[in-house]
Amino acid sequence: MSAEAIQSRREWLLSDRPASRVQARLGRAYVAWRRFSANRLALVGLLIILALMVVAALAGVLAPYSATVGDLKNARLLAPSAEHWFGTDDLGRDIYSRIVYGSRWTLYVVILVAIIAAPIGLLVGTVAGYAGGWTDTILMRITDIFLAFPKLVLALAFVAALGPGIENAVLAIAITSWPPYARIARAETLTVRNSDYIKAVQLMGASSFRIVLRHIMPLCISSLIIRVTLDMAGIILTAAGLGFLGLGAQPPLPEWGAMIASGRRFILDQWWVAAAPGAAILIVSLGFNLLGDGLRDALDPRSGDQ
Amino acid sequence: MTAAVAIEGLEVVFDRFRALKGVSLEVREGESYGLVGESGSGKSTLLRAITGLAPVASGTITVNGKALGKTRDKAFYRDVQMVFQDPYGSLHPRQTVDRLLQEPLAIHGIADGEKRIERALDEVGLGKGFRFRYAHQLSGGQRQRVAIARALILEPSILLLDEPTSALDASVQAEVLNLLEEVRRRHKLTFLMVSHDLAIITHMCERLMVMQNGDAVETLTASQLIGHRVSEDYTRNLLRASEGFVRTA
Amino acid sequence: MSDTLLEVDDLRVTFPTRTGLVQAVRGVSFSLGRERLGIVGESGSGKSQTGRAIMGLTPPQAEVSAKKLAFGGIELLSISSRQRRSLRGNRIAMILQDPKYSLDPVMTIGRQIVETLRTHEKVSKADARERALAMLQAVQIRDPARVFDLYPHEVSGGMGQRAMIAMMLITGPELMIADEPTSALDVTVQLDVLKILDKLVAERGMGLIFISHDLRLVSSFCDRVVVMYAGKVVEQIKASELRDAQHPYTRGLLNCMPRIGFERHPLPVLDRKPEWAA
Ligand SMILES: Nc1ncnc2c1ncn2[C@@H]1O[C@H](COP(=O)(O)OP(=O)(O)O)[C@@H](O)[C@H]1O
Ligand SMILES: Nc1ncnc2c1ncn2[C@@H]1O[C@H](COP(=O)(O)OP(=O)(O)O)[C@@H](O)[C@H]1O
Ligand SMILES: [Mg+2]
Ligand SMILES: [Mg+2]
Repeated sequence: MSAEAIQSRREWLLSDRPASRVQARLGRAYVAWRRFSANRLALVGLLIILALMVVAALAGVLAPYSATVGDLKNARLLAPSAEHWFGTDDLGRDIYSRIVYGSRWTLYVVILVAIIAAPIGLLVGTVAGYAGGWTDTILMRITDIFLAFPKLVLALAFVAALGPGIENAVLAIAITSWPPYARIARAETLTVRNSDYIKAVQLMGASSFRIVLRHIMPLCISSLIIRVTLDMAGIILTAAGLGFLGLGAQPPLPEWGAMIASGRRFILDQWWVAAAPGAAILIVSLGFNLLGDGLRDALDPRSGDQ
Repeated sequence: MTAAVAIEGLEVVFDRFRALKGVSLEVREGESYGLVGESGSGKSTLLRAITGLAPVASGTITVNGKALGKTRDKAFYRDVQMVFQDPYGSLHPRQTVDRLLQEPLAIHGIADGEKRIERALDEVGLGKGFRFRYAHQLSGGQRQRVAIARALILEPSILLLDEPTSALDASVQAEVLNLLEEVRRRHKLTFLMVSHDLAIITHMCERLMVMQNGDAVETLTASQLIGHRVSEDYTRNLLRASEGFVRTA
Repeated sequence: MSDTLLEVDDLRVTFPTRTGLVQAVRGVSFSLGRERLGIVGESGSGKSQTGRAIMGLTPPQAEVSAKKLAFGGIELLSISSRQRRSLRGNRIAMILQDPKYSLDPVMTIGRQIVETLRTHEKVSKADARERALAMLQAVQIRDPARVFDLYPHEVSGGMGQRAMIAMMLITGPELMIADEPTSALDVTVQLDVLKILDKLVAERGMGLIFISHDLRLVSSFCDRVVVMYAGKVVEQIKASELRDAQHPYTRGLLNCMPRIGFERHPLPVLDRKPEWAA
């Protein structure tokens, strides 16, 4: 594309007088993107997360060995080499391949928790904030009860009740991570519910359901996205913690937390068994944090008329 | 002639605070009626009570012959619409003008949306070019025009105006006041208009009520006010103040 | 004018923005003696930025330039920021539109006035208190001793603005810049505050720059009016001669307001010409 064409496209996006719904929306997204991409570290974070997705999608191609079946006879606890980039574990499995496949489980946990916990928090928070009165009191007391326990302890209790396994771990984490989202959504709702623009919709005769769903929720979503992204690192660590305690992913699943757990027995002599998944967790957590920070700048609801 | 809005002994209480202490008024059909008074006198509260946004402790409100209860039905909002004071606060920050205008149509299941939106924008002098802008892409006067378009799109018969121009520059204020007069004439609207500025009220309204501390001070016609034929000192003070600063040597 | 307090020549204030440089003030010139000068114009015309540039309160990202910006013979743009600070609040004072934002919310009104005084003058605590109370009395606060111990949120808007004026006047400034000091107040309260300001200015022989969007109010209060449009001065005129204003913008501003007893339907509106901004 010529420089001129790019320039005119940019002008089209930044136009103060969009001519169609699509242009208005794209223009808005473009402004957010410009703010986001002005932050180098945020781009690094985005890159890490994109890389994680690519690795998960192409795990079959990228991994040279099986993630679950090892060569017990010849390849136990080998140090990193050209053949096994990150070495092998006690069952003779290639750690690099396990990490590559493990990315799928990390994504699985993160995405499931996000799509379960965030909507619950959003719903509880906006309804409590908008309705006020008894509804608010009851919903917020429930939230407080959940918040009173440390997340890992609560998750442990749930897993203990539901039985170990990665699905239950996800469920337990989701159940324990919605309360902060409900708090955020409620706080946000309280600041907008008395605004004139919400009153104006009430004066159109809109139902409370419609007001919450179509006018208040969209205003809470950006702070929620930011918070969820920043929480991702914690979610990954909780999942890993559960895996580490033997309550999350069960062998032979190549879940990173479980991998650290099984590597801890050799931590002094065969450090790579635990170090590789540890580094993977670290990098992905960092990626989510950087991304979250960038999103905060780009989507900040207060600077955010754009 | 029937009354478009009739209020009898209206009392509004917030927690313990009596914001309106038994106010009565009657706005005739097609009339433009003004409410003046200093800030905190209960003008906005009166409008809010009509729309159901303020807690009515006692008194009755009748709109187009129907007595209103605690809640308002959808049909009420097709008769009565409101324009707010602050043009920066009354438009949703994440919605385009198009979306803002579509909302009332969607709520009331009105079919010919496209046409109505275009007509409403034309009517308030904005035209198609503004249809897909967000609030932050509009000036204060343009925002107030959008708010007026939104209020008119359901074709109400009564428009409640809460200081619609007090946040605008004088030149923009003139444009918006002219627009309001024009739409009132065209749609034969009844206005109930709040302002702290006597000059605006005499310009826009045939009759007015002066309010202070939640009470009615007196009810006047515009010509009585213009002729300084007022009976209360409070009104006289307001009149004097609206003539600007007078240096007493 | 022999007794010139402030001279402004070709003042410019430029803001860098994402879409390039924005000139908020584009070559404003005027001079001020011991008189009341009004600056009027629509919002965004650069009135506040002009006042802030004189005061030295321009936001740090913006650039101020002027051929001359002299206060009592001191070239304001060439002195150090420390000297500038000591002028500010001492010999030049500023009142802003909303006292809520300019008074410190966690300090009583009395203490704020006392501290202001003591940062600029060496006076004992007791003397400072005496003078603060006298000043509160001077701005016609009926019960100065009570108001002295109140926090800003405990007083009404009119009272807060009076307290603000008291705080600004306590050091006896020679120039006062009032940026829409009464726009947030009710008309009746507005006149009370103006009366106080008027009396103090007359008694102390201060120069006053009164910034407002309300041409009618300014013309009834000030001696001279500077009319601004898009960062430029389009007209300077004696307030008493405003009726004979030449510039169509000034006349438009005067005409477009409804007036009691002068029925005009529709109201005349401004027909903005691009050459006004040129
Ligand atoms: N939601 C509310 N809760 C408590 N007090 C209120 C509320 N709304 C208004 N008031 C009080 O009612 C009085 C009248 O307010 P309002 O009708 O807004 O006055 P006006 O519009 O005449 O300036 C004020 O003293 C105000 O503080
Ligand atoms: N922080 C800022 N960044 C960019 N532009 C600004 C900033 N502050 C003011 N301006 C510009 O300066 C112009 C004049 O502002 P101002 O002096 O506050 O106007 P007035 O007081 O006359 O309403 C505005 O139109 C605005 O574009
Ligand atoms: Mg009000
Ligand atoms: Mg200003």
